[in-house]
Amino acid sequence: MTAPNLSQWLILGALLFSIGVVGIFLNRKNVIILLMAIEILLLAVNINFVAFSRYLGNLEGQIFVFFVLTVAAAEAAIGLAILVVYFRNRRSINVEDIDELRG
Amino acid sequence: MEIFAWLHSLPPIWVYLLIPLAPLAGALVAGFGGWALRERAHWAPILGVAFALYLSIFVLLEVLHGVSFYGNVYTWAVFGNLPVHIGFDIDSLTAVMLVVVTFVSLCVHIYTIGYMHGDPGYARFFSYIALFTFSMLMLVMANNFLQLFFGWEAVGLVSYLLIGFWFTRESANQAALKAFLVNRVGDFGFLIGIAAIYHYCGSLDYRTVFAAVPGLVGQTVTILPGHRWSVLTWIALLLFIGAMGKSAQVPLHVWLPESMEGPTPISALIHAATMVTAGIFMVSRMSPIYEQSATALSVVLIIGAITALFMGLIGLVQNDIKRIIAYSTLSQLGYMTAALGASAFSAAIFHLMTHAFFKALLFLAAGSVIHAMENEQDIRKMGGLRRHMPITYLTFLVGALALSGIPPFAGFFSKDLIIEAVGDSSMVGAHFAYLLLVVGALVTALYTFRMFFLVFHGKQRMDEHTRAHLHESPGVITLPLIVLAIPSLLAGWFFIAPVGLGDFLDSSLQIRAQWNTVAEIASHWQGAGVFLLHGLQAWPFWLAILGIALAVWFYLLHDGVPAGLSTLLAPATWVLRKKYGFDAFNQWVFVRGALLFGRRFWHWGDESLIDGAMVNGSARMVARAALSWRRLQTGYIYHYAFVMIIGLVLFMTYFMIWRG
Amino acid sequence: MLLTTTLLFYVFSAVLLLSALLVITARNPVYSALYLVLAFFNAAALFLLLGAEFLGLILILVYVGAVMVLFLFVVMMLDINLTRLKEGFLRYLPLGLAVAIVGVLEMVSVFWVAPLGRVPAPGPIPADADNTRALGQLLYTHYLYPFEIAAVILLVAIIAAIALTLRRRPDTKSQAVGRQVAVAVKDRLRMVDLRGPRQ
Repeated sequence: MTAPNLSQWLILGALLFSIGVVGIFLNRKNVIILLMAIEILLLAVNINFVAFSRYLGNLEGQIFVFFVLTVAAAEAAIGLAILVVYFRNRRSINVEDIDELRG
Repeated sequence: MEIFAWLHSLPPIWVYLLIPLAPLAGALVAGFGGWALRERAHWAPILGVAFALYLSIFVLLEVLHGVSFYGNVYTWAVFGNLPVHIGFDIDSLTAVMLVVVTFVSLCVHIYTIGYMHGDPGYARFFSYIALFTFSMLMLVMANNFLQLFFGWEAVGLVSYLLIGFWFTRESANQAALKAFLVNRVGDFGFLIGIAAIYHYCGSLDYRTVFAAVPGLVGQTVTILPGHRWSVLTWIALLLFIGAMGKSAQVPLHVWLPESMEGPTPISALIHAATMVTAGIFMVSRMSPIYEQSATALSVVLIIGAITALFMGLIGLVQNDIKRIIAYSTLSQLGYMTAALGASAFSAAIFHLMTHAFFKALLFLAAGSVIHAMENEQDIRKMGGLRRHMPITYLTFLVGALALSGIPPFAGFFSKDLIIEAVGDSSMVGAHFAYLLLVVGALVTALYTFRMFFLVFHGKQRMDEHTRAHLHESPGVITLPLIVLAIPSLLAGWFFIAPVGLGDFLDSSLQIRAQWNTVAEIASHWQGAGVFLLHGLQAWPFWLAILGIALAVWFYLLHDGVPAGLSTLLAPATWVLRKKYGFDAFNQWVFVRGALLFGRRFWHWGDESLIDGAMVNGSARMVARAALSWRRLQTGYIYHYAFVMIIGLVLFMTYFMIWRG
Repeated sequence: MLLTTTLLFYVFSAVLLLSALLVITARNPVYSALYLVLAFFNAAALFLLLGAEFLGLILILVYVGAVMVLFLFVVMMLDINLTRLKEGFLRYLPLGLAVAIVGVLEMVSVFWVAPLGRVPAPGPIPADADNTRALGQLLYTHYLYPFEIAAVILLVAIIAAIALTLRRRPDTKSQAVGRQVAVAVKDRLRMVDLRGPRQ
């Protein structure tokens, strides 16, 4: 066994990303799990960033992850707040009930 | 002279600049301060115009001493290699026009104080007439075609505003619109003429253009395929179309009688003394161009002669006092135009000058009558007014005698000179024109004294109420009448030698020796006295006397004759009452045609094409497309997410396969 | 040492992928959230393997400690009708799988073929390497402005979340301190003249 090379890290990221994608397709009705799937997507991206940072010897990748985490946290907070408000008004978080955009 | 001494210390250019700017300042003060000044609004315009008159007299005296000026004051704009200047061309022609314009304008301003007293638009009126004076002064002082055109359009605009001054009357609005539209036809020709001048001469400056004109002789242009015409003839004719519009020559005369809808002072100022003379002035100014084209001069001559006689004939059957004078104005403008056609430019300007005085006098006197009659304008309801308004009566008589051409009144000299010049002319159509003008002298005297007798003599035909209130007009009205009566009486005698016959205007004009009939006449009869003696032996004088005698017979001695004559000559009277059908023709062809076109464009173009097909059509198309496409927009967030993800994968695939 | 790293990589990766899979398939959102916590722990471990200790710790502290707790709060607070949410759970699975597999295949093929894969594994991390210090130096000098903007974004998120969820409840009782302080004697005390029988 040799040390994992960059490709392996990237493939790990790709697999995690596709799990997130399938999650969006599967849990299309449940906004909470949708948000979690998005967290998985971001995590996949972060793994890629950190791997690049390590293998290319450049700390900027980690800086980027730092900002992604910041924005993701903000996104989660606001998304959940919207969800709570929505639930309060509709007694449901079913995405199929969220169709005000429909013409 | 003493009172002008201080002006010598000013640079001449200041003096020239102040002439138009003083009335402009008056107009601005009256226009923008009118709401506060109200009944005192007349002071600024009157002072402005009076100052302009004072300066104009100074300029005239200077010009008499041989001073002249030609130059630019200010560069307004430069388009490519076409500089647009504000400049002045001060010579004898301009000086004469300046004095005439400012003098008549001042008289009208003073008269207006009395005439428009109590009108809600008092300040507005003063603002307009002062603005008009400014425009006319810019027109006559111009040294380039663009400034000329500016003044030309500005007088047209102010004329529109003033004809429609009583804008609550529908007829006034229609008359204003008519004047504007008819003038537009003329201006269109004028503008094309100016464009042609720029095209061929490369400049709009008078002197440059006039210097280039001899080089254009012989150049031709193809207007219709297969025919070539002289460039200069076309330019001259196009400019003359402009003059026909402004100076109301057949067939563009129809606006002038209608313009009597405006208040009487502006009938006197604009539609008798100044604006309508712009065409005459312009053609005189362009004498170097016209002298190169015998064809154009013949056209001018014939149009003028036709206008002179046939418009006078209409005057015989009119009953509105202002309209009779309006038709006489048309007729007299025809005389001037005919003089232009006979190359007798100085005679035309001379008649312009005398006519300005006596026609303004007649209009203002008519206004005085209308004022006394409480806005009644129908001469059939007047009569016997001489006992009630002696000053108006006497001054009106002076004007009427001058208009009829009775010596020694001003009109005699100028009109006789024109008729003589046309008679001596060798132009094509000169004999025909001469005949029309001589008969015109009879007609002029007849309609003038018909009006005079019906208004001031005979039975009093007005109702009791009006009769009880008959009175002479106040001093501000009669003073201008008296002031105008003096030149109407004397201007001919004193000015025929220098202006009409002499060489005073020669520096402004350019006349071919073989066409210079005025010089020939001048060589026979030097001086006013000789000319007067000759005039007494000539046809026009005796015809005028005959016209007055007929008027006496018809309207003083035998009341029944005119009625009998008009039934005897019923078809002729009918034609005259219909004004030869010009109005009907315009109404049928142009007004109705424009309305028809307008309706077509409205229904087809506007409603069907623009509203139906383009505006609503595009909206309908969008709506239809949206109806089918809206199904794509499910409103479910996850569908949008799916599309994003699938799109991402498709992009990746694209880059893998085609770019990889 | 090398062997340990590789082994750990595979172990953590496997658990990460498995727990991520369970996040998206779990019946109950509470389980999903807990599996996500597990996934984050593994990811943090992987970060540590890559020498990004600061981010690994942040992931645990911020993500597991704050964000995931928030998720759990919301999940438990909301009374969610699970049966309706699970209706047609598998309807889009074929499409999702197809998209995911195509994407993965494409990415893998790139990573396998591209010169990226041949980037040599860096040497072992020196024992005295201070990832946090290095990151801090970069963040507070070169990336100072983006860092401050990130702070503003967090502030916006705080305000937005509060503004969204704050509501007035007219039926709750609370103390109006201002009115208490401003009270005057005549508001509370009324003198009544009780004229009893005195005789």
